[in-house]
Amino acid sequence: MAQKESTFTNMTVTLFLVTLIAATILGFIHDLTKEDIALAKMKAQKEAIESVLPAFENLGDSYKVLPADGADSLEFFPAYGADEQLVGVAVKTYTKNGFSGLITLMAGFSPDGAVTGYEILEHKETPGLGAKMDKWFKDESKPKQNIIGKSPATTKFEVSKDGGEVDAITASTITSRAFLDAVKRAYNTYNQNQELEKTADNQTKEGGQS
Amino acid sequence: MEYIFIIIAAIFVNNIVLNQFLGICPFLGVSKKLSTAVGMTGAVTFVMVIATIVTYLIQNYILNPLNLVFLQTIFFILVIASLVQLVEIILKKVSPSLYQALGVFLPLITTNCAILGVAILTYQKEFNLMEGVVFAIANAIGFGLALVLFAGLREHLDLMNIPKGLKGTPIALIVAGILAMAFMGFSGLV
Amino acid sequence: MNQMQNFTKGFIKENPVFVLLLGMCPTLGVTSSAINGLGMGLATTFVLLMSNIVISVIKNVIPSKVKIPSFIVVIASLVTVVELVMQAYLPALYKSLGLFIPLIVVNCIVLGRAEAFASKNTIATSAIDGLGMGLGFSFALTLLGAAREFLGSGKIFNLTIFPEDYGMLLFVLAPGAFLVLGYLIAIINRLNKA
Repeated sequence: MAQKESTFTNMTVTLFLVTLIAATILGFIHDLTKEDIALAKMKAQKEAIESVLPAFENLGDSYKVLPADGADSLEFFPAYGADEQLVGVAVKTYTKNGFSGLITLMAGFSPDGAVTGYEILEHKETPGLGAKMDKWFKDESKPKQNIIGKSPATTKFEVSKDGGEVDAITASTITSRAFLDAVKRAYNTYNQNQELEKTADNQTKEGGQS
Repeated sequence: MEYIFIIIAAIFVNNIVLNQFLGICPFLGVSKKLSTAVGMTGAVTFVMVIATIVTYLIQNYILNPLNLVFLQTIFFILVIASLVQLVEIILKKVSPSLYQALGVFLPLITTNCAILGVAILTYQKEFNLMEGVVFAIANAIGFGLALVLFAGLREHLDLMNIPKGLKGTPIALIVAGILAMAFMGFSGLV
Repeated sequence: MNQMQNFTKGFIKENPVFVLLLGMCPTLGVTSSAINGLGMGLATTFVLLMSNIVISVIKNVIPSKVKIPSFIVVIASLVTVVELVMQAYLPALYKSLGLFIPLIVVNCIVLGRAEAFASKNTIATSAIDGLGMGLGFSFALTLLGAAREFLGSGKIFNLTIFPEDYGMLLFVLAPGAFLVLGYLIAIINRLNKA
C-alpha cells in the first residue's frame, strides 16, 4: 500500500479514526479493570485496618468526623468481635506538619483509648530518616519509643525534647512531632466523638422517658 | 500566604528538575551555554502556564463531568502537542523577534516531561485555577533557576582539567548531583 | 545487521540510557531501588514493543503530516492501558512509581524509536527493536536502582548485603541519582571503547 497523501480530508479522517479506535479500546479496557481497581483500593484499606487492630469479626459502617483543629475530616472504621462487642476503632488520620508536608496514617485504638497499632499510608519523608517512622514507634523492644499499648490520656504524646514521653526518631524530630500530632488528632477526635455520642444517647434516652 | 508557600515549595524545596526529576532532557541538552538556557526557560514558562490553564479547564469541565478521567493522559498530551504547534504559528506571525529567540526550543517542548508533569500534578494536588497558575509559574522559575545555574557551572567546566573518563555527560551529571545536594539544604523550609 | 544484533544493540552498544541518553527523567526519578527500576523498565518495554508493532502496521496509511500526532495517540493509549492494568493488579508498584507512569508518554525513547525505526521497518524487525531497546532500558534502570539501593541501604532487591546502618543515605536521595548515573556512564563509555 502506498503512503497516503497529506490532503486535508486524508489527514482529518486518519486522525479521527486513530483517535476513535484508541478511545474505543481504552473504554473497553477501562470497563474491564474498573472493578479490580476499586477492589485493589479496598483491599489496601482493609489490610491497613486489620494490621492496626486486634483480631475482629466484622467491620461496622465507616463514618467521617471533622477534627476540632483541622479542615479535613478523619475517617473512622469501628470493628466488632463475635459478640457484637466493640473491639477497637481504626482511624484514618493525617498531619500537615511533616518534614515534607502531608503524612496520612491509619491508627488503631482500643475502646479504652490505648493505641493498638498504626500503619503509615502516605508520606514524602526522607528515606532512611523520617521514613523510619513506619517501624520506629512500634518497636516493642524499646519501650521509650514504642507507643503501642499506651494511651494519650496517660502518656504524654510529645517527643522527649518537648517534655513528652516518647523518644523521637534519631535526627528526625520534625517527622516525629508530626507523627505524634497525627496520632493525637485521631485520639482527640475519637474521644470528642464518643462524648458527643454519649450525650446524644442520653438525650434520646431522656427523650424516651419523658 | 498559601501562594507564597506554593511558590517557595516549587522553586526551592521540591525543585522540579533537581528534586522531582522532571525536564531532565532539556536540563542536560541545552545547558551548555547560558544564552540558550535563558531562551529555553522563556519557552517553557510560556507553554507551561498556558498548558496548565487549558488542561485544568479540560479536566474540570470535560473529563470529570463525563467520568472520563482515565483518558487524562491521552487528552493532556494531545493538548500540549497542539498547543506547542499553535504557539509556534502564532509567535511566527505576531512577534517574529520572540519567535527567533524561542523558536528552536518550541518543538523540543512537546517531549519535555516537566510540562505534562506539572499539568498532572496540578490535578493531583487538587489546586484551583489560580493556584494552578501560580504553581505553573513557580515551577517554570524553578526550572529556569536550575537550568541557568547549571549552564553557568558547565561553562566553567569547559575550562577545567577533567579526568579523561569523566569528560562530557558523566561530569555534567556529577555536577548536577552536587547542585541537587545544595538544593537539599532547602528541604524542610515549608 | 542481522536480527540478533538488532536485538542485542540495546544492551550496551546503543543502550538508550547510558549511550543515547534518552528517557532520563524516569531513569533518575524512580531508581531509588532495584525493584522500582525493574518495574518501570518493564512497563516501558511493554509500551515500546507494542507501539513499535502498531506503528509499523499502520505506517503506510498515515499521511506524513499527521504522523507525529497519530503516533502520540497510539503511545498515549498504550500508556493508559499500562496505567489501568497496573492500578488493578500491582497497586503497590503503581503507588511507588507514581507520576512517572503517565510520563512514559513523553519518554523520548518511545517516540524516538517509533519515528526513527518502526516507521521505516517491517513488523518483525520493529518488534525485535522495541523489545531489545526496552530490555536495554530495563537493564539500565535495574542496574542503577540496584547500585543506589546497595550504596544507600546495603540491600539489593530487598536482600540485605550489609547492615543498613552503614548505608550512605545520600545515594537513595535525589543527588545520589545524578552521581551514580554519572559514574555508571563513565564506566560504560570505558567498556564501549575497549
